[in-house]
Amino acid sequence: MTDLAGLLYAAPPINFNVEALGNLFWQLTIDGLAYGAIYALVAVGYTLVYGVLRLINFAHSEIFMLGMFGQYAVLLLLGFTPSGNVYQEGVVMTCVYLGIAMIGGMAVSGGAAVGLERLAYRPLRKRNAPSLVFLITAIGASFVIQEFVHYILPQLTNGELGGVNAQIPIRLVAPEEQFEIFGASVTNITLIILISAFLLSLGTDTFVNRTKFGRGIRAVAQDPTTATLMGVSRERVIMLTFLLGGLLAGAAALLYTLKIPNGIIYSGGFILGIKAFCAAVLGGIGNLRGALLGGLILGVAENYGQVLFGAGWRDVVAFVLLILILMFRPTGILGESLARARV
Amino acid sequence: MSNQSFNDRPKGGVGDGFRGWWNALARPAQWAFGAPFILLIALLPLLNIPLLTTEGTNFGAVMAQFGMYALIAIGLNVVVGQAGLLDLGYVGFYAVGAYTVALLTSPSSPWNQTGPDGWLSTDWAWLACLPIAVAITAISGLILGSPTLRLRGDYLAIVTLGFGEIVRLLADNLTEITGGGRGLAQVAYPRFGVTEEFPLGVFSAGNVSGTLNSGVWWFWLSIVLIIIVLLFVGNLERSRVGRAWVAIREDEDAAEIMGVPTFKFKLWAFVIGASIGGMSGALYAGQVQFVVPTNFNVVNSVLFLCAVVLGGQGNKLGVILGAFIIVYLPNFFLGRTEILGIPVNGSEIAQYKYLFFGLALMVLMIFRPQGLIPVRQKLLTYGRELYVAARRRSKAEEAEVVAK
Repeated sequence: MTDLAGLLYAAPPINFNVEALGNLFWQLTIDGLAYGAIYALVAVGYTLVYGVLRLINFAHSEIFMLGMFGQYAVLLLLGFTPSGNVYQEGVVMTCVYLGIAMIGGMAVSGGAAVGLERLAYRPLRKRNAPSLVFLITAIGASFVIQEFVHYILPQLTNGELGGVNAQIPIRLVAPEEQFEIFGASVTNITLIILISAFLLSLGTDTFVNRTKFGRGIRAVAQDPTTATLMGVSRERVIMLTFLLGGLLAGAAALLYTLKIPNGIIYSGGFILGIKAFCAAVLGGIGNLRGALLGGLILGVAENYGQVLFGAGWRDVVAFVLLILILMFRPTGILGESLARARV
Repeated sequence: MSNQSFNDRPKGGVGDGFRGWWNALARPAQWAFGAPFILLIALLPLLNIPLLTTEGTNFGAVMAQFGMYALIAIGLNVVVGQAGLLDLGYVGFYAVGAYTVALLTSPSSPWNQTGPDGWLSTDWAWLACLPIAVAITAISGLILGSPTLRLRGDYLAIVTLGFGEIVRLLADNLTEITGGGRGLAQVAYPRFGVTEEFPLGVFSAGNVSGTLNSGVWWFWLSIVLIIIVLLFVGNLERSRVGRAWVAIREDEDAAEIMGVPTFKFKLWAFVIGASIGGMSGALYAGQVQFVVPTNFNVVNSVLFLCAVVLGGQGNKLGVILGAFIIVYLPNFFLGRTEILGIPVNGSEIAQYKYLFFGLALMVLMIFRPQGLIPVRQKLLTYGRELYVAARRRSKAEEAEVVAK
């Protein structure tokens, strides 16, 4: 790590801008929460699958990426032309369009997640493969999905979707300040993200903790053999888990494109996926509420780090945070168990 | 690898006869058979075999790249194949090795030591930097390994992935030292064979013409390094360290209970793997004479892993084959319009390389998770020696019976 030594002795290209952090504190917190909400929704996918299968679904980031393309395709089908200009459709119609796009994204992501489980993971489960084999398969699947969007999707859609470059954004909402909290402006986009993320996570939490299907998920997470003996279909639970994770990733994909309209690209899911995984580990992987909390914390911490150290260090903050958590509290903030999150 | 039934499936294989014959040979005999084979591979770029050579790119350069990837695969194999630690950030060590050489010898680096005030002579700077790069990568392996190797398998994978990304981001962000996205140019290379025809030596990146170009020279250099590393790693494998690695890979808890200091040996595997990666990085920096952060993306890590898994984790020759496939196949298709008379669009196939490698990984994991040339003996040395001894004895007995 020659570079680290240089960080200490040569002229530091890294700054400790505490003053800026103090001035922008509330603004950073609010924006960080918006990012964090997106991480949280993606993190739920990692955490549920890990809870049930003890598998890091490395390809979940690509599921998220497919969700971005899914909602984009739905907007194209609705007749929007990508131009980068913001559409003015009025509040009600915008909400309707956003809702339809979100459902489209969720459908694509959910379908892809279930398909991935069917094609890639189920054959391995039947062969009782060790976890390393699962992880390598997941990496392979991640490559395949990325390259599919990179090269094959544009050929299937006459170049309208996919390809080397990011999609020209279809923007339904322009950021507009709605009100201020502690001197920090809250935009309509932040509001949309926070409210929908809150509703979705509330729904997921209720689903996992209060319904019959959720009980099945928790049962399999706690003890697959006993759960099977008690009449829970393990295969169905696994499928449901992937579906749930995929649906939330699709929803997160729409919220992400609101925040970053230029982010719809084949490689756009990768870093976000790793960060969402960090969030899941931060909160305690396998723990639903942990993933939600971890996502919010990571989003905020990253935003602070960005101002404190400089914009280029944003991603470094997340990775260093991940290493630190795993060193000092590998079970995360809320502990690991999905089953025991609520007995 | 905890599950028995999963790993026990491959019993007999096509190569078993050859393997048995090879293992029964004495060391000098193995060298006598191996040396011409190595020589043949080394001369491959010069022979210019029509179907084998690449059309779109220079075959020597492809072989040089193969040499580097083979070195990486051997190093990663120590970590993944021998000790069973999934390392997704291996490209980080590759980058550390490359940047060490670049920082010490590039004129655009603030730590350049090659000028009149530096302590490195321009002609030998690369060779002097090679051990430094290896040492610094080993230290970086130690720095990453000591806090993280207590983690379980899949956590380790993600943390190492984070490390690989951190190294790249450091290279990208520390603009005043590493040149940021512009990178570091004019990295040193061995000034060897300076003649009037090649005023900068045969290793110079400017030597691109003809069959005997710089790529071939780098390939030969990497073969020398590969043989040294193979001897080193092979001896380690047959020692207490290697047996400890296998024990950790098969069942870490059991190994710990049986008195294997697992953490120590995992750290050893990590450091040794890292330093080999650093060596390869130094080769890369010297050959290309230019390092830039985008060459060290995490995708490369996955490609390295692909080489190891494809070839057969734990088998040194297997992973070299894996590295060859990874490097050679896309370049083979590049620029080709027909194979044996069948028209193909080679460039397009080459473009899809990640797609095919991803598919190959998935299919391989389902049908042949042990790789193309899997490692057979699980309890390496003793098992093999017992086996060979038993074979010899049974043959001797057979001979006796026949004689009677």
